[in-house]
Amino acid sequence: MQNLSIYASRLVDKAEPFAPGHRACIGCGEALAVRLAAKAFGPNTIVVNATGCMEIVASQLPYTSWELPWIHTLFENAAAVASGVEVGLKAQMRKGKIPQEDINVVAIAGDGGTFDIGLQALSGALERGHNFLYICFDNEAYMNTGKQRSSATPFGASTTTSPAGKAQSGQTSWKKNMPEIAVAHNIPYVATASHSYPFDLIEKVKKGLSVKGPAYIQVYSACPTGWRCDTDISVKLGRLAVETGAYPLYEVENGKYKMSLVPEKLKPLSEYTSLQRRFRHLKPDEITGIEARLVEEFNRLVEKAKCL
Amino acid sequence: MSKRVGVEVSIALGDAVKMVNPDVIAAYPITPQTHIVEHLAELVAQGELDAEYVPVESEHSAMSACLGSAAAGARTFTATAGQGLELMHEVLYVASGMRLPIVMAVVNRALSAPLSVWGDHSDAMAVRDTGWIQIFTENGQEVVDQTICAFKIAEHHDVLFPVMVHLDGFHLSHVIEPIEMPDEKKVCEYLPANTNPFTLHPSKPIAMGDFAPPVVFTEAKWAQEKAMLGVKKVINEIWDEFAVKFGRTYKPVECYKCEGVKNVLVTMGSYSETAMTAVDNLREKGEDIGLIRIRLWRPFPFEELRAVLKGVENVIVLDRSISPGASGTVASEIKSAMYTEKEKPTVKSYIGGLGGRDITVEGFEDLIKDGISDRNEYNGIEFQMVGVRE
Repeated sequence: MQNLSIYASRLVDKAEPFAPGHRACIGCGEALAVRLAAKAFGPNTIVVNATGCMEIVASQLPYTSWELPWIHTLFENAAAVASGVEVGLKAQMRKGKIPQEDINVVAIAGDGGTFDIGLQALSGALERGHNFLYICFDNEAYMNTGKQRSSATPFGASTTTSPAGKAQSGQTSWKKNMPEIAVAHNIPYVATASHSYPFDLIEKVKKGLSVKGPAYIQVYSACPTGWRCDTDISVKLGRLAVETGAYPLYEVENGKYKMSLVPEKLKPLSEYTSLQRRFRHLKPDEITGIEARLVEEFNRLVEKAKCL
Repeated sequence: MSKRVGVEVSIALGDAVKMVNPDVIAAYPITPQTHIVEHLAELVAQGELDAEYVPVESEHSAMSACLGSAAAGARTFTATAGQGLELMHEVLYVASGMRLPIVMAVVNRALSAPLSVWGDHSDAMAVRDTGWIQIFTENGQEVVDQTICAFKIAEHHDVLFPVMVHLDGFHLSHVIEPIEMPDEKKVCEYLPANTNPFTLHPSKPIAMGDFAPPVVFTEAKWAQEKAMLGVKKVINEIWDEFAVKFGRTYKPVECYKCEGVKNVLVTMGSYSETAMTAVDNLREKGEDIGLIRIRLWRPFPFEELRAVLKGVENVIVLDRSISPGASGTVASEIKSAMYTEKEKPTVKSYIGGLGGRDITVEGFEDLIKDGISDRNEYNGIEFQMVGVRE
């Protein structure tokens, strides 16, 4: 460990394009995830940000936390704006109006702007094959407006619009399989990542940028405020999410599945859920029911990675 | 002088866009705008136009992609109509708030329900307050000329606002008219390269579309409004320059036979030509009537209107849209413009031509006669609907 500063600097870019001084909540996993991803962008990058937590915490006029060219327009159109930026640069380079160079176009959005309201624009952009990277920072609800449910909210989680009450036990639908939807567009690269596995995250972002055509990466981003958990366990939660099978890490390159990490034996889901008050209303048999489905989905993914 | 050729107005519009050599066209087809984007797609496919044609999945994304491309510094065009314009609605505010020089042809169409693909100005009126410059055209020649001017206006460094060029659905978009296409070389001389100083590029990082707390938001909007207040002067200069170069003169407000008259009819868009014939006929019969056409709808030409309405006692306004529960929007605007004047004319609001309904020359004659007949009476009716069957 004593030589960490020597080795780590060779592994990770020291530059911080997502600069310190933003106004994210204490323990924000998403801010950590954005920071790590931004390290992989490189200086020749334009960031297109959907409305959401990261836009609000990083861009209050007259300040900005971004040291890269950055644009935010609306909640649901980051993929379409990024399409425009990409073709705008391409046309101008072809016509000699601006110098020829590799400029990365990265769209970032939360799960609301990706799974729900922004799904159409994302699907359109993926289908058209724009050369850009789309990263969804998934904190599993609309955290920016006060932890309302999204279609990325896990089954059973209590949010302000899927509250746990006498007649309903939190979110009543299962998390939408967004990476699979991205895969169905036949794009060259799809991956899931987590802020708790920083090198894996950075490598995936680099890979997503290196492919020609669209890439989609979905990044687990713990939200202590919304998940109602301690503010110092975001990284621990990210690890537990992978170790319990709640948030498997994998990548799909040209349709070929590859697990990034397969635990020898999945830990009980309750180790993960018990640390978050969004799940505290769930009875043990409800947790077991959820666990059964998550394990089944995990195993199916492992099988896919074996076959293809 | 260039030759006048018979061509469909939508196709001519597409050819005008080709002349300005845009970098990006992002569009979603919608009736009656389709011929424009089909023609542009064809020009790109044939290699006659070097542009990125982005066939997006919705009008919301069309405007979003245009926004991204304009922010990246590319010369950008799109076209839409009716429901499509409404689907773009929230993005329109962003485009103007970010001061992005996008040019959009709007082929005016009624809004559902009931569903209608035919023309009226409901779509344009619904986006009246989005911060775009709005120009209403009368005929094919004007569509071509104003499309070219729109790029020069939008990209001018003292403007940097998006521009809509409005043309009436079917009544103008789908007719074949004799049009003199400007010389491509002259267009190139007239329209300099787009050199927006504020674009997204890693060589000079900037942040666009930040979040503004209350302490900043008012100032941001005031800055936008201050810029908009200076726009009309630039538009006039650009139109004057166009007149010198191409020989056709354009003004924010146009008068036809309105010197010394006490009664005027006010119209916008393609119905003005039919109205002119009606005015001619009635003048021959000794009626006191002139015609005023509003070309520049936003920014609103307050001074120009007050100047041409000086001495006029009776203003008859034909709106091609209805503001439900109120009256015609153009009529309301004219009333507000004239309220500050010592000699206030009577402003009468008529609504007609909705959802593609024709108003014939005779129809205009009846409308004018009605407007003249009860000139000094306000009978408690805010507006009258023209040609409605009850």
